Amino acid sequence: MCTMIAQQVDIRGSGKVADGWIRVDTASVSYDHPFDMPLEYTLNLDFTSQAGEAGARVAVELDYASARKLLETIQEVMRQAQAGGFVDGQHG
Amino acid sequence: MYTTDQYQGMLAETVVLPGYHADLINAYFARPLGAGPFPGMVLVHHLPGWDDWYLEATRKFAAHGYAALCPNLYFREGHGTPEDVAARVRGAGGVADQQVVGDVAAALEMLKALPYVSGKVGVFGTCSGGRHAYLCACRIPGFAALVDCWGGRVVMSPEELTPKQPAAPIDFTADLSCPVLGLFGNDDRAPSPEQVNQLEETLKKLGKDYEFHRYDGAGHGFFYHNRPNYRQQQAVDGWNKLFAFLDKNLKGA
Repeated sequence: MCTMIAQQVDIRGSGKVADGWIRVDTASVSYDHPFDMPLEYTLNLDFTSQAGEAGARVAVELDYASARKLLETIQEVMRQAQAGGFVDGQHG
Repeated sequence: MYTTDQYQGMLAETVVLPGYHADLINAYFARPLGAGPFPGMVLVHHLPGWDDWYLEATRKFAAHGYAALCPNLYFREGHGTPEDVAARVRGAGGVADQQVVGDVAAALEMLKALPYVSGKVGVFGTCSGGRHAYLCACRIPGFAALVDCWGGRVVMSPEELTPKQPAAPIDFTADLSCPVLGLFGNDDRAPSPEQVNQLEETLKKLGKDYEFHRYDGAGHGFFYHNRPNYRQQQAVDGWNKLFAFLDKNLKGA
C-alpha cells in the first residue's frame, strides 16, 4: 500500500453481489491504487462483512472528481431526508 | 544472455513454507531445471496482492537462472481472488512489518537450504513490496542484493507511522549490508523524487553500495504491463539494468 490513505468504519447495511444480497458491516475507504480503473489512484469503496469470505465484497473505484460529486450528492440527499422528517426513528 | 541454442526448462509450483511464528503460508516457487547451483531471489509482492503479475515475475526470474520464491504475505487474511484478499488487507491498514520480515526471512532460509541453490540470494519488491524489500534487506542478515522498485514510504514522517508500520525503513539503512539497485519514475508521488533524493543521500552518507536510476516520463509501477502506467522503453531498460545488477552480484564468484 503506497499511500496508506485508508480508513475503515463500522456500518449496517446490505450489498448486492453476483448471487444475491449480503449483509455488510464494514466500509473501507481508501485513496490508493485501483485494481481495475485505468488510473494510478482512485477513491476506493469496499463494503464487506468482517465474518464473511474475502470474496463477499461490493467494491467501487472512482476517479477523484466522481468521488467528490458522489460525496456531495450523498450529503444533499441526506439533508433532504433529514429535512423531510424521514430519518428520526429509522436508524435503530 | 539467452541464445537460441540453449536448453531452457523450469519448474513452477505452489509450495508451503513456515513463515513468521512458524505459520504455514503458501508461496510460489519457480526454478530452472538442473542441479544448479542457482542464485536465489525472494520476491516481495505489492499491495494488489499475491497476484498474477507477481507469479509471472517469479517465472521471469527463473527464466533468467534464479531460483525464485514469492511468499503469499496475505495468506493469513483468507483466500479468494488476489484483489479481494488485497482489498481486505488494505481495509485493515496493511500487514504488520514484523510479520512480513518474518515471512521473508523464512523464504530466505528455505532457499539457502536447497541443495541446488547457491549461497547468494537477493530480494526484490515493487510498490509496497519495494518498501518491504528494503526493510527486509536491512533487518535480515544474509541477503546479497536488494532491488527496490519505486518502494513508497521507505521515507516516512513521524505522523505516518502506525502500529503495523512503526518505523521508517530508511532509519535501518545503517544495517544494510548488500548492494542496492533502485528504479524510480520521476512522475511518481510515492515515492516522490524528493524522497528518492533523501534515500540516496542516506545511502551515500553511510557509504553503502547503491545504484539508482530515475526515469523521465514514468510514474509509479512502470513495469506493470497490465496497467496504464506501463512505460515500454523505461520498463525494458529497467529490466535490463535489474538483471545486469543481479547477475553481477549474485552469479559472480
